[in-house]
Amino acid sequence: MQFIKDRFNYLFNSTKGLILVAIAMIAIETAIFGMVSGPMAEFGVRDVIVRTLGMKLVEAEREGRIIILYHSIAMAVVAIETYMITSLLMMKEFYKQAVRVLITVGYILTIIFGMGFAYWGHNWVFHGLFITGLSLIFFAGVLLVIALWPWNKEYYQPEKAYARTKKGVDVERMAFFATALTTVLSSLFGAIPGSYYGNGFETFMAQDIIRLPEKTVMEYSVIGHLHIMLALIAIMLTLIIGCWLNFKGILHKIAMPLMILGTIVLNLGVWGVATPLEPVAHMIIYVGATPAMLAALFLLIWEWGQLIREGTSHLQKPNFGQKISALLHDPLRFGPLWQMLFMNFTTSFVGIIMAVELDKIFRLWPALEERIELTGHWHALSAIIATIILLYYGDMIGLKGKLRKLYGWSIIILSDIALASVTVFEMKRLFISEATQQPLVNTLMLLMDIGLSLLLVLLAIVLIWRLLDLFKRKGRWTEEVENELSEEVEK
Amino acid sequence: MKRPFLAVLLFATLLASCVPVDLSASIPTYDTGVDPTAWITVPAGSFNAGQEAKPTAIDYDYQIMVTDVTVSQYVDFLNAALADGTLKVSGDQIVGPYPGDEFQGAKHELEISAGDYIIVPINDPASRFNFDGSNFTVISGWENHPMTNVSWFGAWSYCGYYSFRLPSELEWEKAARGSADDRPFPWGYEIARNNANFYASRDPFEDMSTFGSRTSPVGFYNGKTYDGYSTLNSVSPYGLYDMAGNVWQWVGGILPGFSDRFMHGGSKGTYDMDLRIWVRNSAPPMYYSPSVGFRCVQNP
Repeated sequence: MQFIKDRFNYLFNSTKGLILVAIAMIAIETAIFGMVSGPMAEFGVRDVIVRTLGMKLVEAEREGRIIILYHSIAMAVVAIETYMITSLLMMKEFYKQAVRVLITVGYILTIIFGMGFAYWGHNWVFHGLFITGLSLIFFAGVLLVIALWPWNKEYYQPEKAYARTKKGVDVERMAFFATALTTVLSSLFGAIPGSYYGNGFETFMAQDIIRLPEKTVMEYSVIGHLHIMLALIAIMLTLIIGCWLNFKGILHKIAMPLMILGTIVLNLGVWGVATPLEPVAHMIIYVGATPAMLAALFLLIWEWGQLIREGTSHLQKPNFGQKISALLHDPLRFGPLWQMLFMNFTTSFVGIIMAVELDKIFRLWPALEERIELTGHWHALSAIIATIILLYYGDMIGLKGKLRKLYGWSIIILSDIALASVTVFEMKRLFISEATQQPLVNTLMLLMDIGLSLLLVLLAIVLIWRLLDLFKRKGRWTEEVENELSEEVEK
Repeated sequence: MKRPFLAVLLFATLLASCVPVDLSASIPTYDTGVDPTAWITVPAGSFNAGQEAKPTAIDYDYQIMVTDVTVSQYVDFLNAALADGTLKVSGDQIVGPYPGDEFQGAKHELEISAGDYIIVPINDPASRFNFDGSNFTVISGWENHPMTNVSWFGAWSYCGYYSFRLPSELEWEKAARGSADDRPFPWGYEIARNNANFYASRDPFEDMSTFGSRTSPVGFYNGKTYDGYSTLNSVSPYGLYDMAGNVWQWVGGILPGFSDRFMHGGSKGTYDMDLRIWVRNSAPPMYYSPSVGFRCVQNP
């Protein structure tokens, strides 16, 4: 009994245990449900999975199923970020525990009962529990906002090296607060239309209505919601990575106010999509995205500078090659920022090119091509977020030496091969005709599949290793049970 | 040692994507026994429209083609319309007159004013006909395949030339679904690979290592077996063929402030989810593709 109690305590009462459980849940969900779509359907794997697991896939409910699938994965990611925040930032113990309990119960209910409802017939109790899960996560968000309140003197920043106001208010904490608050508010832009459409049992995917000239407020709200939630998850992760890497100095002092400004303006722009401000909403979004992306760029410049300085400190006049070698020495510290930079090629630049050339190029193509670009773009951003979390997780579990390099570089290289292929696939009509595209499509699909499947294999190896570790009396888990991420912030 | 191996592997993979595609590769020819000149009457009455299957009435009878317009039928039209001056050659296109749409000045709306617009491209290697400067001929083997690489103007022009018209979205959907239930596919609730021609459906016309998926003859999925390949009878409740897969079908009807035209039915190049009856695709009316065709309707 003590055996189970100790493991349960690690998995559900320690930061690293909670993160491990959430990563495992996402991995299992991705592995199972990844096989019922995409290339697996062509290979006939979908039919086998559907038959074996007794899934009930009603054609008219496909969109509803996918909405639940996206939400259940996203909720687990939000939970991981919340565990990280509550472990990195100071807050009252009551709030920390309450937030963790609510969000853990919430995301597990969301995944189990949401997916049960979506893929195994309509059990309305399951649907109710799915909604309960989402509601608990919302309440956890509200509590997190309260817990992060930056104007409490206990949380003032005493050190001058970090961004702070004249009175000493911690500007980084303000950025976390602003992101958490706007995340809670932005969730309403999905919850309200979700209730509306759910009540009539109607579903649609945003990418299927994007071209229609007339959209209702509720439809605009859904489009705004999905964009801003992903952007906010990315912004929060940037703040978390900055916190872990102990981002400070002049660049920190410039970046944090920019992050707050960017987050607020970005939100106002996206909320504006569902209001009469819609015609200028995109302009507001660009205005908001720019400072937020600049803040991330400052973090990158600072951290890469640190890596080069640390790696060449023993040399008097390091040359270019030695600097590059120092930069690439530790993939787990280099990787998260590299992935953020790489995101610009796979997500931001694609989005900007599409916005600038929309009428001249993209709207001359069929809507289905635009759908491929939109879904590819969102999937790429989600995958990049996942890889950054996995890179941080690698550091969290104390990977060292060759294993650390192998794990880190595998994640970076495999995901970037897959994501670069997705980007070329999205944009293929710019340089190849429909009639002659098949060999290129085959190659790109192969590269995507190799990249993503090997990444999943790597993750499976890590998870099996962690599972086996749980059976050891003095396993690594016993060291992690008391660890907080704030103790492991880079010095 | 490992790095060069990885680089060579990556290079070889990329090289494989540069394989030239032979668009004139031979195609198996089959007589499906389905008459592409046949029409079927869809009676007035209610049916379940859209994904949510909302009861919707069409209070008149109309007739719709049993199959998509074939390459052979379209080439006859091109020759006749070119000869009588309805259509003309303009550069590398055949163009024809269109009276224009009312321009609302809406966001992203293209202005389609009265004038000549592309009907079909000439000299496009993906087209299934030849043009010698005065006469069109079908490339052998493609006679009974659906006409593709035809713009919406080309579809509109064909139907109008014979006093037919393009179906509205509702007319198309009712013809595909019938009136009795809320089926997602013309033949029922589930889809198998031999129900229709869609992406990687393993039909005799596709080769995914080179040219990919190609069109199948109209009416191919009628329950017959062709050289060992068995099809399921995938006729719609009113007796129409190819209302899912093979080629997207242009439909008529124009939304105010929206210059795109809609297509339905999915195609040889789309996944099975896009073959569901209510799924819409759209493109500007000058767009053409090897995956887009059409059929016409007429009032009885």
